[in-house]
Amino acid sequence: MSYLEYQLKFVPVGFRKLLYLNWPIVALVTAVSGFGFLMLYSVAGGSMTPWASPQIQRFGLGIAVMMGMAMVPIWFWRNLAVVGYSLALALLVLVEFIGAERNGSQRWLDMGSIDLQPSELMKITLVVLLAAYYDWLPLNKVSKPQWIILPLLFIAAPAYLVLSQPDLGTTVLLVSGGGAIMFLAGVHWAYFATVIASALALVTAVFQTRSTGWQMLKDYQYRRIDTFIDPTQDPLGAGYHITQAKIALGSGGWTGRGFMQGTQSRLNFLPEKHTDFIFTTLAEEFGFIGAFGLLILYTLIIIFCVQSAMTNKDRFASLVTMGVAVTFFLFFAVNMAMVMGLAPVVGVPLPLVSYGGSAMLVLMVAFGLVQSAHVHKPR
Amino acid sequence: MPLGIEYESAASIMKRGPKETEEGARRLSRRALLLGGVQLGVIAALGARMASMQVDQAAEFRMLAEENRINIGLIPPARGLIYDINGVVLADNEQHYTITMTREGAGDVGVDEILARLNRLVALDHDRLKKAREELGARSPFVPVTVAQRVSWWDVARVNVNAPALPGVVAELGRSRIYPQGLDMAHVVGYVGPVSDFDLSKIDDRDPLLQIPRFQIGKTMVENRLERDLRGSAGTKRVEVNAAGRVMRELDRIEGTPGADVQLTVDARLQNYIQARLSGESAAAIVIDVTNGDVVGIGSAPSYDPNVFVQGISVALWDELNERDVHSSLHRRPLAAKTVQGTYPPGSTFKMVTALAALEDGAIGPDETVRCVGHADVSDVRFHCWKRAGHGNMNLNESLKQSCDVYYYDISQRVGIDKIAAMGRKLGLGERHDLPMSAIRTGIMPDKAWKRDARGEDWRIGDTVNASIGQGYVLTSPLQLAVMTARIATGRAVKPRLVRSINGVDEPSGAGESLGLNENNLRRVRSAMYDVSNHPRGTGYRTRIATEEFRIAGKTGTSQVRSITQAEREVGVTNNEDLPWNRRDHALFVAYAPADNPKYAVAVVVEHGGGGSTTAAPIARDVMLQALYEGKPPLSAYPSATRGQIADQQRRLDLLIRDIQPGRDTDEV
Repeated sequence: MSYLEYQLKFVPVGFRKLLYLNWPIVALVTAVSGFGFLMLYSVAGGSMTPWASPQIQRFGLGIAVMMGMAMVPIWFWRNLAVVGYSLALALLVLVEFIGAERNGSQRWLDMGSIDLQPSELMKITLVVLLAAYYDWLPLNKVSKPQWIILPLLFIAAPAYLVLSQPDLGTTVLLVSGGGAIMFLAGVHWAYFATVIASALALVTAVFQTRSTGWQMLKDYQYRRIDTFIDPTQDPLGAGYHITQAKIALGSGGWTGRGFMQGTQSRLNFLPEKHTDFIFTTLAEEFGFIGAFGLLILYTLIIIFCVQSAMTNKDRFASLVTMGVAVTFFLFFAVNMAMVMGLAPVVGVPLPLVSYGGSAMLVLMVAFGLVQSAHVHKPR
Repeated sequence: MPLGIEYESAASIMKRGPKETEEGARRLSRRALLLGGVQLGVIAALGARMASMQVDQAAEFRMLAEENRINIGLIPPARGLIYDINGVVLADNEQHYTITMTREGAGDVGVDEILARLNRLVALDHDRLKKAREELGARSPFVPVTVAQRVSWWDVARVNVNAPALPGVVAELGRSRIYPQGLDMAHVVGYVGPVSDFDLSKIDDRDPLLQIPRFQIGKTMVENRLERDLRGSAGTKRVEVNAAGRVMRELDRIEGTPGADVQLTVDARLQNYIQARLSGESAAAIVIDVTNGDVVGIGSAPSYDPNVFVQGISVALWDELNERDVHSSLHRRPLAAKTVQGTYPPGSTFKMVTALAALEDGAIGPDETVRCVGHADVSDVRFHCWKRAGHGNMNLNESLKQSCDVYYYDISQRVGIDKIAAMGRKLGLGERHDLPMSAIRTGIMPDKAWKRDARGEDWRIGDTVNASIGQGYVLTSPLQLAVMTARIATGRAVKPRLVRSINGVDEPSGAGESLGLNENNLRRVRSAMYDVSNHPRGTGYRTRIATEEFRIAGKTGTSQVRSITQAEREVGVTNNEDLPWNRRDHALFVAYAPADNPKYAVAVVVEHGGGGSTTAAPIARDVMLQALYEGKPPLSAYPSATRGQIADQQRRLDLLIRDIQPGRDTDEV
């Protein structure tokens, strides 16, 4: 509804829209994914199978989806916000009952040839719903308590479902991503201060209740936190992964050991080397230059998104663009912090690089929204 | 050039004032900038951490990576053993030595030189060597490649003594599966083989053991279906390795859990007899203990030696087992377990089902007669009795005893296919009995709904007439026929079971609940089956059991594969023997014994064997006697007229039968 509040002078139509795409983002996304293909090829021992080849196919599909979405006016996506969110929520409920269990977590819906992870879908639909909500809500009501409850519920419902899967990483992403949009929409400072203070209280409570009847996390989650704090105390068990990841990362040095020459990943010291821990292989083989280079690429994606959001006068478009940027940022920041021993291992993939179809496609859909917002910005 | 397009009506413009919009955008931009700043801060922290680890502490980490490291190796568990009911080992683990080498270990000496040195010490297989050389070139330098398998202890000793001259070469102790019973158990136990990419793509199993190259997993039958129990779980050992990946010392180890031992219900000695008795035929025979459902014998011929699959089978042998070169009309399918994977029209062995359905329904009284004139006309189609001259007046007992077809044509029309099919299913036909075997077939117990769904056609009365004597659409496996016989013999829903216990824990008995059939009706059918084998006019009289307390009750069956065509009749083909093998009738026989206190139920199917009474019944009787006497029966158990012939047969079979001693008590293992 906000669109025509500006004197709409010019919106490109037809194939002219291609000229108005945010091409730097397209290029950056491709470059980052390219890093991913290289690493997947390398961790498979110099083979396109089993990871690199399907990943490339999914990227191809993802690019097509992104372009397709960019051609559709952004207000169309806004109108789908409620439907999309409800669908993702329904799938999350469904996965509770009929989801396939892997690695002790029930996250997947087995749909024949493709496995769907509804929590991935939720990351993007939650952003869209919150953006649409704050686009619709008059500015003077934004900080009123009764108008805060609703978005909190939007965030809490999927967060609860995902946490019970259990998938701590995605929960963190959903809650911080949702909180970021509320912050951007202009919710008063005091709320965030309260939340952060109570979060600190909660963390204290979690540790205080450990090994009592009121214990709030599962034992393995406590152990993960323990090993995060001191990986050496359990070098064979859970701490082994972190120790080996750090060795891989550190031994990369300035220039790395060379493509396909990393002994840590070659010798199978690294766990999940094609998914969550792929960054360690990259850092080992391409060294600081490669790892920092990837960080720069990620940063540029964020910068271009923020720039696009700030120059977009459409409130929904800005909020979605920023929301995507924040979610994307959380993805790589949490993953990198995790493998560098700065955060506990929570199971967040490295965006666009880690092997995985659901995550790749959802990210491309997210960038499709960013592109659509960019193309259709009021000029 | 279209510059602008209006998308919404002007009304919505008025909803929010430009001032408020401006304010919202300003606040958003401010906070976006702030948030972006925080993000940049975090990114800077990440970059700083990266730099500190990769630049400042790189030397330290690289030393950790290069000099000394702790590697975690998997210790594969010993696969569970499989025993027969008496503790005879059916699947065992055998220790053997494997020689491996790494390219990295070869160092400056070079792979070729070391292989040449090794070849002087140990006779290496040429093909294996060529493959090893390729693998050594292609794989990463520190991956051990198998150079020789199943080498003797002496070879290992020679390699170890010369270790200094053979850098990178290691002799490892491995375990491999062996099937001491050879082809007897191939169709029950199955075999293991190296895990393949295809296996990995099919199963959702994150067990790290599966990542071990050439790790053996169950491929078929019990080995496959009880894989999770048999496999056990991996132990781990922590070893210190140097830069070359060479193990310096073992720090500690956590032993894994060996796989669970499995005891089957099968009796290896009976099984051995069955396979010997079936040899030369393409046939299946199965024996079920009716008191608890235990499958004590389940043979299928021809069979194969499962040991050839364990290390990977040669292409030539594989082609042979798949009968690539055999004319298609002579396929005997050695790889198929015909007891559960073969389905056949049950022929006259199905008549008990039709009879019981009619009796239970009240459609016919037990003494009511039907006149057989050798044929019956049903809606303009003439259906013949096997006895063209006709049987005359037939009641239930006579019709089953002499296997009159017309009687069943008649009663089946009175009771209807749906009730017959319901009775068939009650007796276990058309049901997939879930034994831990591969590709178990469901067969077909047709009714009206089935034909509509499967064929898209309406059921015809002629279909009922065909089904009444086990022809037409009806298809059953030998297992189902044995279950049917066991259920008739006991009146209970006997459920077959193949596994007696896993890791000493007994599996539930398959004795089953009462079927709820009228005991009088069952008794009449049983007494007719008794007469089949013990009345001089019965079709199975020649293959009766003479021992008074082991009397057998059975039913013959001969099922048509294809009827003799008019063209063939014209050139004089009227007899089954004149037809090519693959078009001859299947011979079937089902039976239980002792008739007055049933212990075993038997079903035998001889593919293209001709008549049930001449081919299948003798096998079933011999197998039954073997089971009842728990070994070779005395000649006195046979009718006196056939004893000379039987003695010859026993002498012939003695050559094929191995001496299998009851094994150790599995509880002590």
